Amino acid sequence: MVQLYHRYGALLATLLIAATAIWVLMMVVLPYLVMAEYSFHPNLPMTQQGGPNDVYTLSNYASLFSGIDLLNGELPDDFRVFLRTIWGSTLVTFISLVVCYPVAWHLAKAAKPEQVGLLILLLIIPFWINEILRTFAWYIILAYNGPLNSALLGMGLLDKPYRWLSGSGGVLIGMTYAFILFMMFPLINAIETLDISQVEAARDLGAPEWQIHRRIVIPHAKPGIAVGSIMVFVLAASSYIVPAVLGSPGTRWFTETIYIWFFEGQDWPRGSAYAFILLGLCVVFILSVMRIFRVGLTDIAK
Amino acid sequence: MSRDVSLDRVTMRFASYVAVNNVSLDIKAGEFFSFLGPSGCGKTTILRMISGFMNPTEGRILIGGEDMKGNGPNKRPTALIFQNLALFPMMSVADNIAFGLEMRGVDKSVRRRRAEELLELVALPDAADKRIDELSGGMKQRVAIARALAVEPQVMLLDEPLSALDLKLRQHMRAELRAIQRRTGLTFIYITHDQGEALTMSDRVGVMSRGQLEQVGPPSEIYNEPATAFVAGFVGENNVFTGRITEVAGGQAVVETGDGRLIGRNPRGIRVGTQVVMLVRPERLKPLAVAGPTPENPNVLSRSVDHVDFEGAFANVHLKQPDGAKPLSMHISNDGSLTDLVGDRVFTVGFAPQDALVLAANGA
Ligand SMILES: Nc1ncnc2c1ncn2[C@@H]1O[C@H](COP(=O)(O)OP(=O)(O)OP(=O)(O)O)[C@@H](O)[C@H]1O
Ligand SMILES: [Mg+2]
Repeated sequence: MVQLYHRYGALLATLLIAATAIWVLMMVVLPYLVMAEYSFHPNLPMTQQGGPNDVYTLSNYASLFSGIDLLNGELPDDFRVFLRTIWGSTLVTFISLVVCYPVAWHLAKAAKPEQVGLLILLLIIPFWINEILRTFAWYIILAYNGPLNSALLGMGLLDKPYRWLSGSGGVLIGMTYAFILFMMFPLINAIETLDISQVEAARDLGAPEWQIHRRIVIPHAKPGIAVGSIMVFVLAASSYIVPAVLGSPGTRWFTETIYIWFFEGQDWPRGSAYAFILLGLCVVFILSVMRIFRVGLTDIAK
Repeated sequence: MSRDVSLDRVTMRFASYVAVNNVSLDIKAGEFFSFLGPSGCGKTTILRMISGFMNPTEGRILIGGEDMKGNGPNKRPTALIFQNLALFPMMSVADNIAFGLEMRGVDKSVRRRRAEELLELVALPDAADKRIDELSGGMKQRVAIARALAVEPQVMLLDEPLSALDLKLRQHMRAELRAIQRRTGLTFIYITHDQGEALTMSDRVGVMSRGQLEQVGPPSEIYNEPATAFVAGFVGENNVFTGRITEVAGGQAVVETGDGRLIGRNPRGIRVGTQVVMLVRPERLKPLAVAGPTPENPNVLSRSVDHVDFEGAFANVHLKQPDGAKPLSMHISNDGSLTDLVGDRVFTVGFAPQDALVLAANGA
């Protein structure tokens, strides 16, 4: 800010800052405020809006949970989708962590420096391609008569093709693939800062490999694990393209439910309320991760 | 409980670079042995080979008479204290110390008791529940020692563990380390590039240069009888006179130098005609009350004072050399005779032949 004033003078700098502020307000803050306002009103026809029936209400938020009957094990559809989104995103986060950890360990500490650049490049290249194209590529790979089934059949691991795209398998694979780098890089960064002599000291004191990871590497990498988990979970929970392309009606994602309420159900208030519930879910996840891993905001910012 | 360590023609190559070159050495059980040498001479490499983090490309390493080939660091009766200590910052002091025991499946209460005993031993009682980042440099040092002792090693390996401490603390920790070694009776193999450390702490010192062991001996022998010009130059200060031997007789050599004809000891029996260096320690150079060389005082020089560094216990008098070469250095002890050192005074100084050592010039 001070630099800005220094470089452009008071008038121009003030204008620049004001312009930025207005931009942020108009494009970022205002839409949310409008949506928040929507979410607390009943869905009324245009003519009744602002009329006596247009009161503040929590019914849009409550509607997600109404009809839950735990005794008979009955769950309303939207709530079922909500649970699936939580569970699926958690699973994607967990799979990403399990897949990334050994790779990140290898890249950060075990591999020779000249190999690391190449390996990281190989990791990044697929992500130069647009997300929709990448997801469609998985659609082709996972198709009933696609290359994955052919390969598995050819190797004799399957005796008939598997329907990847009709269960949750396709969505989970696609999401893990789409968001895995958001786990990979925080992990690599965190592990890289570990002083290798700590690992050697542990080994010298008789620690087997798995104990070295349990007691030394993982505790050190905690902030990286937390950041990676938060990123992957939030991206997965709010992903739309992957479940839309690789999912089936039985595997609807909560983002799709929101979309449906907005544009097919024409119920903007309920769509807005659901969007805020999704936001709330992500915030709760972030806070619990920070709690569990005992990391603060400053650790994460690192 | 300690064991001897033997290096048998040990060589370590990194690609074409020879970091350790054909080192053979027996370190006795219970000995405090130091490797002393300049940066990059291969000290850490030797220690990492003994501890099992590297395997020598040639030669064998034996601990207690047993060839250690193929035994990883956790399968050797050694414990390494790293140059940067490598304490575990996410564990408490007690957990750090008990880590090795934890890995051996020792009971929690037993671990705790052992950690407290060891903290007692390294003079850090009450620190058990502190975090590592709450400790001062000297305290960290002690925790690292306690952590290594906890696994009951028979050989302790220390890689310049004092280098990060300030001077006062370093001197204090020297005595402390030596005391711990005596108390435990363990074999200590210590690495340092600080000659003071090596000389004060060790039973024996091995001086290294470019991957080779130049000399092994007790500290007094290393200082008084350096085997090579490198050792003499690395351990302590010297006045160096270069020249050629013109006469050899009775264990002495006459050397024709730029400073005249000087006589010194010739323990290596270097022959007439060889290019040599004659080395005289500053504390062996003395003011003389004679005008010129006499049979009793054959090595006499007249030099004016360049400047005087007052060091407290002694004064370091720098004497101008005629051709502008490095001034001679003479230590005069602060015994009350120091008052008239100022000014451009000309000194007649000299040294006894037995205080001058003649060594081959190329260091071989
Ligand atoms: N893993 C390695 N690969 C290649 N060269 C190495 C390796 N480890 C050590 N060296 C080289 O071997 C030489 C000796 O290294 P070493 O670490 O043993 O020196 P040192 O005597 O401990 O030095 P310092 O006092 O600086 O710690 C150095 O020139 C170093 O560059
Ligand atoms: Mg070293």
